[in-house]
Amino acid sequence: MKITLQNLTKKFPARGKKERGEVVAVNDFNFEIPDGELVGLLGPSGCGKSTTLNLICGLLKPTAGKIFFGEDDVTGLPPENRGVGLVFQSYALYPHLTVEQNIRFPLENLKGPDKLSKEKMREKVYEAAKLVQIEGLMERRPGELSGGQQQRVAIARALVKMPRVLLLDEPLSNLDARLRLQTREEIRRIQKETGITTVFVTHDQDEAMSISDRIVVMKDGVVQQIGKPQEVYDNPVNLFVAKFLGTPPINVFEGSVKNGRLIIGGDAVLDTPQVPDCRVTAAVRPEGFLLQEDGPLQCNLSRLEVMGRDVSVVSAHPCCENAAIRSIISAENQVDLSSPTVRFALKPTKTFLFHQETGERIR
Amino acid sequence: MEKNNQKGWLYLIPAFLFLGAFMIYPLVDVFVYSFEEGYNSASQTFFGVGSYNYSYVLHDPYFLQAVKNTFLLVIITVPLSTGLALLISVGLSSIRPLRDLFQTIYFLPYVTNTLAVGLVFMILFKKTAYSDGLINLLINAFGGSSVDFIDGPYWAKMFVLCFYTIWVVMPFKILILTSALASVNQVYYNAARVDGTSRFRIFRRITVPMISPMIFYLVITGFIGAFKAYSDAVALFGTDLNAAEMNTIVGYVYDMLYGDSGGYPSYASSAAIILFAIVLTITCINLLVSRKHVHY
Repeated sequence: MKITLQNLTKKFPARGKKERGEVVAVNDFNFEIPDGELVGLLGPSGCGKSTTLNLICGLLKPTAGKIFFGEDDVTGLPPENRGVGLVFQSYALYPHLTVEQNIRFPLENLKGPDKLSKEKMREKVYEAAKLVQIEGLMERRPGELSGGQQQRVAIARALVKMPRVLLLDEPLSNLDARLRLQTREEIRRIQKETGITTVFVTHDQDEAMSISDRIVVMKDGVVQQIGKPQEVYDNPVNLFVAKFLGTPPINVFEGSVKNGRLIIGGDAVLDTPQVPDCRVTAAVRPEGFLLQEDGPLQCNLSRLEVMGRDVSVVSAHPCCENAAIRSIISAENQVDLSSPTVRFALKPTKTFLFHQETGERIR
Repeated sequence: MEKNNQKGWLYLIPAFLFLGAFMIYPLVDVFVYSFEEGYNSASQTFFGVGSYNYSYVLHDPYFLQAVKNTFLLVIITVPLSTGLALLISVGLSSIRPLRDLFQTIYFLPYVTNTLAVGLVFMILFKKTAYSDGLINLLINAFGGSSVDFIDGPYWAKMFVLCFYTIWVVMPFKILILTSALASVNQVYYNAARVDGTSRFRIFRRITVPMISPMIFYLVITGFIGAFKAYSDAVALFGTDLNAAEMNTIVGYVYDMLYGDSGGYPSYASSAAIILFAIVLTITCINLLVSRKHVHY
C-alpha cells in the first residue's frame, strides 16, 4: 500500500501563560512512501516524528494537508477504519490478558461479514505468533516476558489483522544493545516476509540506516532530507543532516574558501574548484582523513583507539567545533605516537562544505 | 540479627498493648459473653454456659427482621452504588469542561453530616398532616397516588433506606474510582482504538480489568459497611427501629444493650458474633471470587 502525505501540517495550541503561540509539530510534510518499503523517520526528540506517525495512524487529526493510502483519502477516517497496525514505544500490551488473548484482541473486534470463527481466529493468532517466533509463550502474561519478547508480542498483535500499513513508534528504544541489533534484523525480516508498507520512528541513526529502504530526516517539524540511507549519508543537504548521521560523528571545522581552495586555520587543505570565496563550515567524515606525512591538515595528536579492524586517531585542532577529531584509518597504517602532531590529507568525497549562516550545503 | 529481632519486637510493644487492650480483649470478651447464659451486668453473675443465647437470638422475630433488612440493604445497595459510581466516574473522566465542579458536587454528600442528610430525606419523603413531601408531590404530578415513605408500607421504607444509603456511600466510591481511572495509561486506550475496539468493549475488556483492584476494594468495604449499617436507619426512622420494622443487625445489638429492651449483653454478644460470622463468610467468598477476576 502506497502512502502519500500531502502538505501534512500539525499545529498544537499554546499551553500555559509563558508559552504563547502555537507549536508547529509537523510543517508541510510532502512524501510518497512506495508500496512495500520500510521507511525510517529519523530525528532528535521533539522533531515531530512521532506526531507524523500518529497522524498516519489517525490518533491525531492534521491541521492541514491530506493523507492517502493507495488512492483512498484517509485524512478524515478514524484509526479503526484505516487498517493500520501500530506498535507503541511502551508496547501497550494489556497486562491482564495472556499473550494469546493480546494477539487475538484485534480480531475479536471484527464485526459483520469480517467476523471470524473461533478456529479461524486461533489459526491467525498462531500464524502471527509463528512469524515473530513466540509460539511457546502463548499462555504467559506480558509481565512474565522479557522486553524483547514483549516487543515481539506487540508486533504480532499489530500484524494479526493484516494491516495495510504497519507503524512502529521507537520500537527498539526499550531493549538493550544486543537485543536491539537482533530485533532490528527481525523487524526487517518480518517486513520483507509480509511485504507490508512499514513506517518506523527512531532517534537512533544506526537503527534507521541499517534496516530502512529509505530514511526521512526531520528537525523541528520540517523534513530535512529524504532518500536511501547511503545517499543521505554521502550527500547530506545541510549541516544538520551531516551532523545527525554517522558514528563517530562528523568533524566540523571553521574555515573559508579562497581562490578555489579550502583554508582551515591558515592552511590550504583541499582544492575546491568552482566554489566562490566565502566563509564556510567544513565537515569531514571520520573516514575522510588520509594519514600523510606531508598532509596539509596538521592536528595535535591525543591518542589512538584501536578497535580491531581499524584505528581511530583522536586529535585536536583549534578550528574544530568538536572537542576531539576522530579519524578512522586502516589498522595497517603506522601512527608515530612519539610525534606531538599528526598530518592528514582530506578525501574530497568525504568533505562537505556548508554555508556558515544557513548551514546549506555548498559542496 | 537476633538483636535486631528483639529491637523490632520492642518497637511493636506499644501498638500491641493498645491493640490487645482495646481490640483483642473486647473481641474475646464478647465471644465469652455470648456463651454465658443469663448474665447480669449489675451483679456480674450468670447461670451457666451454653448456646441458649444463640438459640434465643435466632428465634427472636426482631432479630430475623433485622437480618432480613440488613441482607436486603446489602444486596441492593452494594452492587447499585458501585455500579452507579463506576458509571459516574467514567462520565466524569470523559468530560473536560466543568469536571472539577461536578467532582465537587458529587463529593459533597461525603462531607455532610449523616443525621442532617437524614433530616433532609425525611422532609423530602415524609407525609404529614400539612404536606405530602416533595417526592409525593412529584408522584402526584405524574398521576400516582401518595405513599408514606417514612411510616408507610415496608417496601416504601426499604426503598428510602436503600436510596439514602446509596446516596451517602457513593461520593467516596466516585472519588476512588475517578482517581483509579485517571491512573490507567492512555496508551492502552490508543492501542484499543487503533484496533477498532468499540467503546463498550474497551470499557469491559480494558478499563474494568485495569481498575479491578479498586473495584474489588470498594465491593469488600461496601459489603462490610452495609452489614454494619445502623445510623442511616436511625436518621430516617428514629430510634425505635423494631417498631418501624426497619432494624438492622447492629441496631438489634444496640437495642439489646441500651434500648428499651436493653440490658441483655449476652444476647447482644451472640448477635454480634453472628454478624461477625456473616461478614467473615461474605468476605471470604469475595476473596475467592476476586482471585479469578481481579488483576493486580
